[in-house]
Formats: sequence, structure tokens, C-alpha cells
Amino acid sequence: MSALAAWLTTATPASRAQARAGRFYRGTLALLANPLAAAGLVLVAVLLLVALFAPVLAPYAPDAQDLARRLQPPSFAHPFGTDQLGRDILSRVIWGSRITLVIVALAAITVAPIGLAIGIVAGYRGGWVDRVLMRVTDVFMAFPRLVLALALVAALGPGIENAIIAIAATAWPPFARLARAETLTLRRQDFIAAARLQGASHGRILLRHILPLTISTVLARLTLDLAGMILIAAGLGFLGLGAQPPSPEWGAMVATGREFLTDQWWVATMPGAAIFLVSLAFNLIGDGLRDVLDPRSQGR
Amino acid sequence: MAVASEQDNPAGLTREEPRAHSALRRLSGRALSLIASVVLTVFGLLVVTFFIGRVMPVDPLLAVVGDRAPEHVRAQAATELGLDLPLWRQFLRYLGEILQGDFGNSVLSGQPVLTDIARFFPATLELATAATLIGVCLGVPLGVLAATRHGQWPDQVIRVVALAGYSVPVFWLGLVGLLVFYAELGWVAGPGRIDVVYEYTIEPVIGLMLVDTLLAGDGAAFLDAFWHLVLPASVLGYLSLAYITRMTRSLMLAELGQEYVIAARVKGLPERLVIWRHVLGNIMVPLITTIALSYAYLLEGAVLTETVFAWPGLGLYITQSLFSADLTAVLGATIVIGLVFIGLNLLSDLLYTLVDPRAR
Repeated sequence: MSALAAWLTTATPASRAQARAGRFYRGTLALLANPLAAAGLVLVAVLLLVALFAPVLAPYAPDAQDLARRLQPPSFAHPFGTDQLGRDILSRVIWGSRITLVIVALAAITVAPIGLAIGIVAGYRGGWVDRVLMRVTDVFMAFPRLVLALALVAALGPGIENAIIAIAATAWPPFARLARAETLTLRRQDFIAAARLQGASHGRILLRHILPLTISTVLARLTLDLAGMILIAAGLGFLGLGAQPPSPEWGAMVATGREFLTDQWWVATMPGAAIFLVSLAFNLIGDGLRDVLDPRSQGR
Repeated sequence: MAVASEQDNPAGLTREEPRAHSALRRLSGRALSLIASVVLTVFGLLVVTFFIGRVMPVDPLLAVVGDRAPEHVRAQAATELGLDLPLWRQFLRYLGEILQGDFGNSVLSGQPVLTDIARFFPATLELATAATLIGVCLGVPLGVLAATRHGQWPDQVIRVVALAGYSVPVFWLGLVGLLVFYAELGWVAGPGRIDVVYEYTIEPVIGLMLVDTLLAGDGAAFLDAFWHLVLPASVLGYLSLAYITRMTRSLMLAELGQEYVIAARVKGLPERLVIWRHVLGNIMVPLITTIALSYAYLLEGAVLTETVFAWPGLGLYITQSLFSADLTAVLGATIVIGLVFIGLNLLSDLLYTLVDPRAR
């Protein structure tokens, strides 16, 4: 272990991979030193495990109805109670973690390439290409995100796929801005000029030289935005525009529980608490990450 | 919209014309570029809504005539809407209609969308304003406290409070609030803006319930409206508080490291004066921008909050129109919200230029 730590923290890394691994290691240590960020990491790890082992962990099937035991308060047999069809809410929350993760993962892997592509092309080409692309970005930033997502789902129709499209379509502008800013500082540097003098094409410079250097910043920023995406997905689900029943999506479960709010409080509050915890976990990590990544806040 | 990038020009030193004149010219140049950028953004907004409304739906007629309309009705509706025209002419027509204030008719209410919006908007305005007031009154002091106790326990507690505000699903917070403070404790009034008893006795004058009840001279109705507003405004205000607290904290932290702060402390100025007069005075301009932006972001939270509290504002209008597949109404409201958003951004830009002499 200590040999590994020494290899990771050496001042003279022998390879690029070692240097990269070392930087990641030091970043992780700095992140773990922040108790709030560490708590966030633990929560996310729990979420991943719960989603992975949902079939093992869930005491009941998520759609197993037991009409004789409907709307039961939390008890030993049903720690989160049961809903209006007698389904075990704990099991549904556990299975719902998979839906949340899938939505977030799909939205994230759609958003990052769109933002990166627009951002680095705008920053690299400059001129009218830059102006047009950034104006388009501004237009998308001129809508409150949830409202634009609502309008998109209204046109496309409700459903989980369309919710993901709507989230992706509204989440990319900040990433484009960021990638552009990074590219602007990179494109004037000597190594880019050197690559160009060697006859590298624009495409090669963008893909092999600029993209690898911007990607880490954008990925870090993505972590900061995951919580926002979870909330928008849950909001769409709550409004009945995301995953459709009987799918155990957390936002949709809160919406169902609304009818029973005053008498059977657990139906709405339990899944909502799950949304809150997961989104808080991502925000805690993001907040810690911001401190680690921002050189200005070092030593503060 | 970029904020002030013109500090690099040492004003008027090398120029022949008088300083004031050149400053004025630069100010008007900045105003022109602001106007141009706003016009372009609004144009883009309309392109996007046109695209969502006309190009994306598989069958734009479906929402207008329904799925059982006979062929000739469909054809007639298509001609009326201009769907047989090429796309660019459809867009020009759409642009013309919007510029004349014709947002189309709502399928649900049968009224022009703009009339509907004028009826629903004041409720959102009242809610968002109350929420922003809560956010500013609590968020600024909390941010200052966090910055002055940097790294100590008040800072950590405030950090968690603010991050929780970023993380909480607002619709869930609203439901929990209703459950605890309305159903269990009975401290506040339930959903809606005012009790049914007063619903038809209060004449809507400017649409803000608190003002209208006062104008009607009905003290009981005013109190009732107030107790209806408290909970939704607090729920929404928490979002605004989280944002304002974090921004105040980081603005304060950046400023506290400056030399004038040390100078003020060294000359023996009470810490209270250093913080509240000198430092807060210097961050006032970015703080105002922050508050304007938080006001704009509340429009987003308002959609979900209004749904939970049956608050008859723009957000409820959007969600209700969604469920009756009334795309015209949804897009009309989207445009209005987008315009308000752009307007607030512009306002914060202008304030920045007007209040901060360095940005001129």
C-alpha cells in the first residue's frame, strides 16, 4: 500500500499515466479530507450499491400488489409503509434508484459531448462561427431550464426517453461556455502552433490536442450539475411527464402520494426524501470538488 | 450576456476629446450592443419556440382539431394555421403574429393566450417577490456571517443549510410544509391564494392579492391572503436564500482579503463598520446582479411550487395547459417567462453599468 502511495506521489513520474494517476490520487485525498464531501461520496457509493443489488436488497418486488395491506404505516415488515395498491414503498424506492441513475447517466453522456463539441469548435474557430454558436448558447440560457424542458416534453409527449432528451437539451449551454473558455486559452499556445506547423489538420488539432485538455474541466463541472439534473428529472416525474406509472420513479411516486398526504404521509415523503438525499450527496461532492479544483481557494 | 469587459481602456488619457464626452460615447456604444444582443436573443427565443411548436410535434394539427376530425376540417385548419406554407414563411407569419401580441388562442380556455397570461402572471409576481424578500433578508446576513466566521462552525452549518436548499426537490418541500404547518400544526392557511369566502368579494385591481385586499379595505381578507402566501413564499424563498447566501459568502471572502480592509481595521474602525459599511458597500453591485438573477431563477421553482400549492400563477397555467395538450398556451407562457428572464438579465446588466463607476 505504501509502495503504491509512494509510486503515486512521486515527484518524478516516469510516465504520463503515472502522473495522471498521482494527480487523481492527490485530488481524491484532498476531497476526502473535506468531511462534507466525504459524506457525499459515501452516500453516492451507497446509492450505487443499492441500485446494483436492488434485487437482493428489496424485500418485495417493486410492483407486487397486496390490496389487503394497502396504505399501511411504516412497520417492521414495511419500513417505509405501503402505497395505495399495497406495494412496499421501501422496495419501490430501492428499485427507483436504478431509474434515477439511468436518467442521470444518459443525460450526462449526451450533454458532455454536445457541450464539448460546440464549445471547442466555437473557441477554436473564433470569428463568426464563435459568435453564432455562442449566441445560440445564450438563447438556450435565456430560458429557465425546467420551463424549456416542460415545453419540449409538451411537444414530444411524456415518457422517460423524452424526459432525458429534454434534460440534455437544456443542460448543455454551461458546458459549451466552459469548453470554449478553455479552448480560447489553449489555442494561442505554442504547442498548438507547433502541431499546425507540422501540418496537422484542424480536425486533428481539435480532437488530439484540444479535446483531451478540455475534457477534464468539463467532466468536473458535470459532477456539479448532476444534482440539478436529478432535480429536473424528479420534477418532470412529479408533473407526470417523466417515467410513467407503474414504474417506481421517485418523482412520480411523490405525485401519487400527494392524494394521501394528510392521512398517509409516508407515501409522498419517503421517495421525496430519497431524491433529497441523492441530490444533496452530489451537491456535497460538487462543493468539495470546487474547492479542490479551484486554485484560488487553496489554503483558504 | 457578458458583464463589463471594458475596464482595460484607460479612459480618455490619450484621446483628444473631453473625458466626459468619450465616456458618454462608450456608454451609448455599450447600450447599443446590449440592445442588439437582447434583440438577437429574443429572436432566438422565438426560433426555439417556433421549432418546438411547429416542427417537433409529429402532427401539429392534433392539438388543434383533435384526433377524430374529418379530413376537410383538418385541411381547413392547416390552411388557417399556414401549415401548407414552406417553413420559412410559416416562421415569418409566426414572428408577425407574436410581434402584434397575438400568441394564439388557448384550447383550454378559448381565450387569447396573452389574456390568460395577464390574468395568471400577477400571482407569480407576488409569490416570487415575497420569496425574494425572504431570500434577501435572510440570505445576505447569513452569507456575511459565513464569510466572517470562515472555516468555523457557523460557516459549516450555513454551508449545509445552503447546499440543502440547492438539493431539496421544491415540490416535496412544499408537500412536507403543507403536511407539517397546515395539516398538523394549523399555523398557516392551505393551498390557494385566498379563502373561498373572499374569492368573489375582492375586486382584482392590480392582481396582487395583498394590495387588492388593502385597496378593498378588507383587513380580514388581507390577513387571510397573507397566511396563504407565507408557506409557498417560504418554500420558494429557501431556494433563493440558498443561492444568495452562497454568493454573498464568496463575494465577501474575495473582498475581505483586500488591503483596504486591513487598512480600515488597522486604523481602529469597529469590525461592524468594516463589514457592513466598507465591505458590503463594495460588493453591493455584484450582489444586486445576484439578486436579480435569483429572481429570474425563481420563475423555475415557481412552476413546481404553484402546482403543489394550487397557486393560480403562470406555473400552474403551464402545467394545466400541459395536461390538456394545449401547446399554444404552454409556448405562449414559455415565451413570456423567457422574456422576463431576458429582461431581468438586461436589468442587472444595466444596474451594473449605472451603479458601478468602474464599469462605465
